[in-house]
Amino acid sequence: MSEVLLSAKGLRLAFGGVKAADGIDLDVRHGEFLAIIGPNGAGKTTFINMTTGYLRPQAGRIEFDGKPILGLSPRAIVRRGIGRSFQLPQLFSEHTVLENAALAIAARRGIWSPLNPLLRPRWRDEAMDLLDRFGLRAVAEFRADALNEGARKLADIAMAVALEPSLLLMDEPTSGVAAAEKMVIVETLVRVLRSTGVTAVFVEHDMDVVARFADRVAVWSQGRIAALGPPGEVLADPKVRREVIGIAADA
Amino acid sequence: MTDWFADNSLLFGLALLDGLANAALIFMVAVGLNLVFGVLRIVNVAHGSLFAIGAYTAASIGMFFAARGLPPWTGYVALVLAAVAIGAVLGPLIERLLLRRIYGHEDVLQLLVTFALFMILEDVQKLVWGVQPVSQDAPLKFLGTVDIPFGEDVIPFTAYQLFVIPGVAVVTLLGLAWFLRRTLTGRVIVAVTTDKEAATAMGIDAARITLLTFSFGAGLAALGGALASPTLALVPGIGAQTIVLSFAVVATAGLGQIEGAALTALLIGLGRSIAVYFAPEFEVVVPYLIMVAVLLVRPQGLFGVIETRRV
Amino acid sequence: MKRESLLAALGAIGLVACAWAVPWLKFVLTIALAKGIAVLGILLLLRAGQVSFGHSMFLALGAYTVAFLAPAENEVLLLLPAAALVAGGVGLVIGLFLVRYRDIFFGMLNLAFAMVLYSLLEKLYDFTKGTDGIRVAALTFAGTEPERGTQEWVVFGIALGLAILFGLLVRFYLGSPMGRALAGIKTRETRLEFMGVSARRVLLFAYVLSALMGGVGGALIAMTTRHVTPQIAYWTSSGELVFIAILGGAGSALGPFLGSVAFELVRVYAAAAVAEAWQMILGAVLLLVILFAPGGVWGLLSRRWRA
Repeated sequence: MSEVLLSAKGLRLAFGGVKAADGIDLDVRHGEFLAIIGPNGAGKTTFINMTTGYLRPQAGRIEFDGKPILGLSPRAIVRRGIGRSFQLPQLFSEHTVLENAALAIAARRGIWSPLNPLLRPRWRDEAMDLLDRFGLRAVAEFRADALNEGARKLADIAMAVALEPSLLLMDEPTSGVAAAEKMVIVETLVRVLRSTGVTAVFVEHDMDVVARFADRVAVWSQGRIAALGPPGEVLADPKVRREVIGIAADA
Repeated sequence: MTDWFADNSLLFGLALLDGLANAALIFMVAVGLNLVFGVLRIVNVAHGSLFAIGAYTAASIGMFFAARGLPPWTGYVALVLAAVAIGAVLGPLIERLLLRRIYGHEDVLQLLVTFALFMILEDVQKLVWGVQPVSQDAPLKFLGTVDIPFGEDVIPFTAYQLFVIPGVAVVTLLGLAWFLRRTLTGRVIVAVTTDKEAATAMGIDAARITLLTFSFGAGLAALGGALASPTLALVPGIGAQTIVLSFAVVATAGLGQIEGAALTALLIGLGRSIAVYFAPEFEVVVPYLIMVAVLLVRPQGLFGVIETRRV
Repeated sequence: MKRESLLAALGAIGLVACAWAVPWLKFVLTIALAKGIAVLGILLLLRAGQVSFGHSMFLALGAYTVAFLAPAENEVLLLLPAAALVAGGVGLVIGLFLVRYRDIFFGMLNLAFAMVLYSLLEKLYDFTKGTDGIRVAALTFAGTEPERGTQEWVVFGIALGLAILFGLLVRFYLGSPMGRALAGIKTRETRLEFMGVSARRVLLFAYVLSALMGGVGGALIAMTTRHVTPQIAYWTSSGELVFIAILGGAGSALGPFLGSVAFELVRVYAAAAVAEAWQMILGAVLLLVILFAPGGVWGLLSRRWRA
């Protein structure tokens, strides 16, 4: 097992004249929490989309666990062990939270059984256990569209975690969540994720969250990585403060 | 092969001419379907019934004029009157009473509602005009035929099908392009099609635009039917046939493509009329074969753009 | 859940009692059960948020399979699986193409396929006898040839048995991971892909199952009416299936049968009187149900229980 889990080299992708990725080189290490910060339009989500197979870079390569994954379908990439969560939670809105979780478990354990119930006792327990870890047990029987934004975000991430990925990419896990809820959500996330040993990459705008929970920070700017390092160093860099945090704070 | 063509050149020529008229008619329906979808985000399953009712109405008005002893050219007035009547009466009625209730609802619900409307209109048509064939071909006969030299042969073809039907379709295509790009109302329609929320936020009266667009689309379908009426014996079932055929054009071209729909209508219209002459059992099959073949290669249609998924 | 099973059992007993008390109702109820089985397929697709406007093509495939094979092999116990196989097989082939599409495309492409089948059945006179249709040859049941009255009972019994079998199958399926994933296509198809599950494959399974049930329904109709015409593939016939599905309600596997029995009974009395306006009435009732009672008959019943 090498120290590097995900390795991106020379990723380039332009939409018309806009360079969403202009030579991205990034190594994500086993077990670390890496935060991606930067202004809107810097190409942060593009990076996640390229890594998960939704966008194909025009140049460059991506290796996961030492094997190239560029050109694989999103589904194949999920099966290799890269999970993701979304800025806008992608839940089955007419299913209960429990069913959402159980479906994610089924997706890992084998969904192609047409006669046994989804909520068979073992899966039900496993799903309940998962929800419990995310603090969602109380809302297990609610329909997913009845949850507040914070709970929806957590459920979305819980479904990604249920697939037991070795790398989890999270796109703004706290955006749209009330300020009071924010730290609670992040603490829950960090606790659950640390206990699973998953490697996590998350896009985040809140510098407090970044400072408290990231092992390293990558600063995105106009399709390039402008700075990379421990939060203490990067966030103290005057150039980063001026160009990135200033803009982010306004956003 | 060349012998085969020589032997069948006359049939082939007829098929081409028929196909052109055919394509023009399908285009009239398909373009309305596209336009309405663009603004309402609803593909109206009952759109073909408006074609059928337009055809019957035109025939009835034409017969009424003829019975009053009006001159034959008033037959053309009848065609236009029918289209205007459907567009101005039935269009707003359907939009106001029915469609307005279901904007923004689940897709499957919208589909079912327009399907129900389709069932209703098919019977309304039977109740009003019966099941016996209706035909009123005065406008076809009035202009006589044109002799078209084709190789060594001469094909007599009706001037109506050669000039009037394709002419109206071309005028519709050009007029629509001009209307959507150059007039205020047209540009508002385009704006609503592109981004309804933004357009509404800018103070555009979306309710008025939807009413207008739907009625206009209904009018176009009815005009298509009216134009077709002198060339057909009208029987129940043409509504169903028309909606599926025009949907095939829309799907093959790509939803929302207007110029693309014109070219695709030509492709499908020609394919169909060639089948009529050379393999009549497969007349109905050919358009769908073309559609399936195209969609297998390009699921978004010939001219369609892949909509990027918003995540 | 208990109530659902109880209602199903009561319904089955009720049907048998009606068929026994009023002999000519046996014919109507057999048709209702056959259509109910086909409508189970529409219900599956509705769960995925999809509607097929051409599902009668599978009815036609089942019915014509029986009509074509009967002169050579008239054993019902072989004809039924053959019909299911043909319809399911065709469903698989066109399903592979159709599951790429959703919503209006899905609905209309189904309609297009059905119209193609209808026109072929109508025009290829040498094979199908066109609109005259084909008379279904005499049938044998497990090697015996019962007299007419008994035979009606046998077909009725088979239809009832298959209705219960497929009803249970659908009920289990809808609660299974595949069934719940199918319902997920309606609300968040992309999530399935993000979980590494092919939404197309999930839909394809449901489509093939629905085609198969359509074939079985069609075969039973052919065995009951003993005369098969292209009309069974026409769009109005597909429209009826959709109508029954919405009328009965998509909330339970019982819905299709509640809908089809109500539909066929009303049709016996009313269709002749209002033949010219039959589609119109169906359309109007469909609108009313969609706009004012979206759960259908099943929805009304289960709401009463909960209240």
